[in-house]
Amino acid sequence: METAQKIAVPLLAIALFLLAWEGLVWVNNWPNYKMASPSDLPPAFWKFRWLFLEMGWQTLWRTVLGLGLAVLFGTLIGMVMGFSRIARDGLYPLLVGFNAIPKATLVPVIALIFIGQHDFNTVLMAFLISFFPIAVSVGIGLSTLEPEYRDILRSLGASRFTIFRKIALPKTLPEFFGALKVSVTLAFIGTNLVEIVSPHGRGLGALFKSGETNGDYPLMFAVLIALAVLGIVLYYAVLVLERIFAGWAERPQS
Amino acid sequence: MANLIEIKGVTHAYRTKAGPLPVLDNLNVAVPEGEFAAVVGPSGCGKSTLTRLVAGLMKPDAGEVWLHGERVTSPRKTVGMAFQNPVMLEWRTILENVILPLEIVAPRMAQKDRVDRAMHLLEMVGLKGFEAKRPSQLSGGMRQRASLCRAIVHKPDVLIMDEPFGALDAFTREDLWQTMRDLRAAEPFTCVLITHDLRESVYLGDQVFVLSGRPARTQMVLDVDLPADRTLDILFEPKAQEMLHTLRDQIRIAQGRDGGAH
Repeated sequence: METAQKIAVPLLAIALFLLAWEGLVWVNNWPNYKMASPSDLPPAFWKFRWLFLEMGWQTLWRTVLGLGLAVLFGTLIGMVMGFSRIARDGLYPLLVGFNAIPKATLVPVIALIFIGQHDFNTVLMAFLISFFPIAVSVGIGLSTLEPEYRDILRSLGASRFTIFRKIALPKTLPEFFGALKVSVTLAFIGTNLVEIVSPHGRGLGALFKSGETNGDYPLMFAVLIALAVLGIVLYYAVLVLERIFAGWAERPQS
Repeated sequence: MANLIEIKGVTHAYRTKAGPLPVLDNLNVAVPEGEFAAVVGPSGCGKSTLTRLVAGLMKPDAGEVWLHGERVTSPRKTVGMAFQNPVMLEWRTILENVILPLEIVAPRMAQKDRVDRAMHLLEMVGLKGFEAKRPSQLSGGMRQRASLCRAIVHKPDVLIMDEPFGALDAFTREDLWQTMRDLRAAEPFTCVLITHDLRESVYLGDQVFVLSGRPARTQMVLDVDLPADRTLDILFEPKAQEMLHTLRDQIRIAQGRDGGAH
């Protein structure tokens, strides 16, 4: 009953949303070059089905790779900031400043530095835009570790590495996954940013762009929906990982 | 009997922005093997610093800490610690929490032996049947019981406790005093207990050390001359009442509130 509800309610919400959308277009009598309606989408998907699969895959692997790099680098920076006050004081303003730069402005910069390296540029942007939340959350998680937690192992003569592996790392996991949920969406935005702004004909962003050039509005909306679906898939993939590795942090409901 | 713990002339100051803050001043404490030393004193007098020194987690500015005839300069595996916060690792079950010190101290011990040892202790403190639960599913008193098991699972010579029952309600606290006595009867260890509760110090201690206000020195040592197998009722007998009275007066002096001390 409960699981049925868990599936049925979101599906119903999506159906209502599509219905409202369709209704809006119908009531205003908008032509599909002004605003496509949900009923325009299946033909668009079907017409370009192979392109959607190919481009979707392009966008997916670049996002995941960029996010993977962000996890590695972000965790590393977070560890340095978490363990050393000096590093924290030094790196924080730099990171905040870097994070404040709208990443769209970096697209031409990156495109010029690594000219023609389209895959690399895209992965780099996904990485640049998404490592910040991870670095901050890991850094805060480690630096706010209560001293008693360290002491119970340190009083037994455990090494710093052992303390990190047995206490600090697992204790930071809930914060880490909280940040990862933000980062996964950001990485996705980063990938698409490059695919749209720096034309190279690959990825869902490029498909969107070609829809725009050809005046194919249903295709553009279909790409948006495909992006939303990919975003949901990635988000829930992180959620599943969180359940597996940090499920203990969830309070039992009573 | 030889002294297992010996603190000789320890002086320590913390460096703060406002200059050095002396917390311990020529402190002397000696605890014979197998004895239970309770340490009381006013708030902020440096009692917790004392636990960190004995555990080898920090070094004093001056003076020496000896354990088992060896000078303490770094942490050692023969020490167990329990704090006011039970410090349970939420991602581990109760059993896995209790086993934790064995993973550090006895990396080659078979997992089955570890589990047997931990289960034995959990049964003694009344947590049998809760070993597979997460800490968040247990009450504060139960978590503290598990914390005690973890502190002694590797059979330390010395158990150092820093107000372990401070956050518990009065009745739960008394239950845990009883548990503490049972544990000590079952497997002897030398114990240093930091506490704010004078009744606790008299009920559990063989000796009560009263520390002066900051910087702390040993103001008085009270021998608790009560039978080894005590029940809570003993606290209501005249002898215990008299000791509590003495301690109360000593604390007042330590707080600097004894008329004319200024």
